[in-house]
Amino acid sequence: MSESLPAIEIKGAQKNFSGLQALKGIDLQVETGEFFALLGPNGAGKTTLINMLAGLVRPDSGVLRVMGHDVIRDYRAARRALGVVPQELVFDPFFSVRETLRLQSGYFGLARNDDWIDEVLDNLQLMSKAEVNMRALSGGMKRRVLIAQALVHRPPVIVLDEPTAGVDVELRQTLWKFIRRLNTEGHTILLTTHYLEEAEALCRRVAVLRQGQVVTCDSLEGLLRSCNAPTLEAAFVGLLQQGVD
Amino acid sequence: MGQGFITLTRKEILRFWKVSLQTLLAPLISTLLYLVVFSQVMGQRPSPYGGVSYAIFLVPGLVMMAMLQNAFANSSSSLVQSKVTGNLVFVLLAPISEGEFLAAYVAAAMVRGMMVGFVVWLTAWVFIGGVVYSPLWVMVFGFLSIGLAGVLGVLAGISAEKFDQMAAWQNFLILPLTFLSGAFYSIHSLPTAWQIFSRFNPFFYAIDGFRYGFVGASDVPPMESLFVVAGSGLALSWTTLVLLRSGWRLRP
Repeated sequence: MSESLPAIEIKGAQKNFSGLQALKGIDLQVETGEFFALLGPNGAGKTTLINMLAGLVRPDSGVLRVMGHDVIRDYRAARRALGVVPQELVFDPFFSVRETLRLQSGYFGLARNDDWIDEVLDNLQLMSKAEVNMRALSGGMKRRVLIAQALVHRPPVIVLDEPTAGVDVELRQTLWKFIRRLNTEGHTILLTTHYLEEAEALCRRVAVLRQGQVVTCDSLEGLLRSCNAPTLEAAFVGLLQQGVD
Repeated sequence: MGQGFITLTRKEILRFWKVSLQTLLAPLISTLLYLVVFSQVMGQRPSPYGGVSYAIFLVPGLVMMAMLQNAFANSSSSLVQSKVTGNLVFVLLAPISEGEFLAAYVAAAMVRGMMVGFVVWLTAWVFIGGVVYSPLWVMVFGFLSIGLAGVLGVLAGISAEKFDQMAAWQNFLILPLTFLSGAFYSIHSLPTAWQIFSRFNPFFYAIDGFRYGFVGASDVPPMESLFVVAGSGLALSWTTLVLLRSGWRLRP
């Protein structure tokens, strides 16, 4: 992969839902290997933007690329490059954890992927649940499986949409240890979270969305300096209290 | 068709196989009950086709009816369940084309339809007997008809956003189309208005052509039935593919 190629490139992304303008022309670029935070209050458009990147929502206008691949025209390559952990705790009740991961591998064209599946299961402390049906797992365990599903095809870009919402401290620590390792190995991470201390600890650059617009996009240090704030939370609150312009 | 198609087809087959009491045994029992009741109650009536007993006439109609209903149920219920529970996202995130998506759901629906149909036919053959006039016509109509029902199931599955919308498809379209399709009778025994109505029902042609393969007699020429069933299947497949490519109700 090229050093200069952005992992995520969004230009002029707009989206209306039945008259509600969810995204009002988003421009954003995430460089390869970054650990990037996409922050904003509920309804700011974070999940819509992620869903556009993943091909789950079609943009009304604008261009979105993942590792240089247009998410509409070159959707196969774009989706292979992207692993998304959805916000909702969804699962298929017919299958065990291992079956779920084998099926997800197959969807991405990987017929034999058991070595990597075992490694992901091990790193997310899911090995003991590998043969357990998804219905029988706790909420935290289901969240781990969602993360494993996003990683099963070794995507260079990983999007985590509020991955630690409602999960215990142990999972958070396990998850962040694994995600940090993936980032160190070169994976690009895009994180949305309402836990701003997590974003502050993990991410080097931050974008803040409000009402479908990017309020700011800067390095963590630059953001704290420009907002004259001691913490990301203080900067975030200050930004949201200002006008969009 | 790539690995994504193979995996999605396999997943859909595994899905119905894991609940085979509901998806395979239950339709088998209900179809056999139809066979027992109708062949006993109406067995003394003259057969619509000379030289063929009513029970022998009935079997192909019931086999096809079971195949159509189960092929439709497989793709439609799987899709609507996945949409309502949200797990369809795992398929939508994957690099699977709309054509592969449609083909996988239809292929799995056809497997379930064939499994139910074969076991119903085999059981009927053991207890009632019968012959196969033309295995080729049986296979052609079996294959095309369950494909048609499978595609219709995908269309219903992507259009329905709630379980009651799916029940409407089932109760207001599929059930009338299958019951008013000549499964239990020849349409020549119907009043003229119902005969005309039947001529607009593709499932009538599916059953009539399929029955021709077993007994060598039919209400309309088998080539006419073949044209209607194949044409309906192609038109429906094209419509469904266009809707899938537009993202309708799946990728807003």
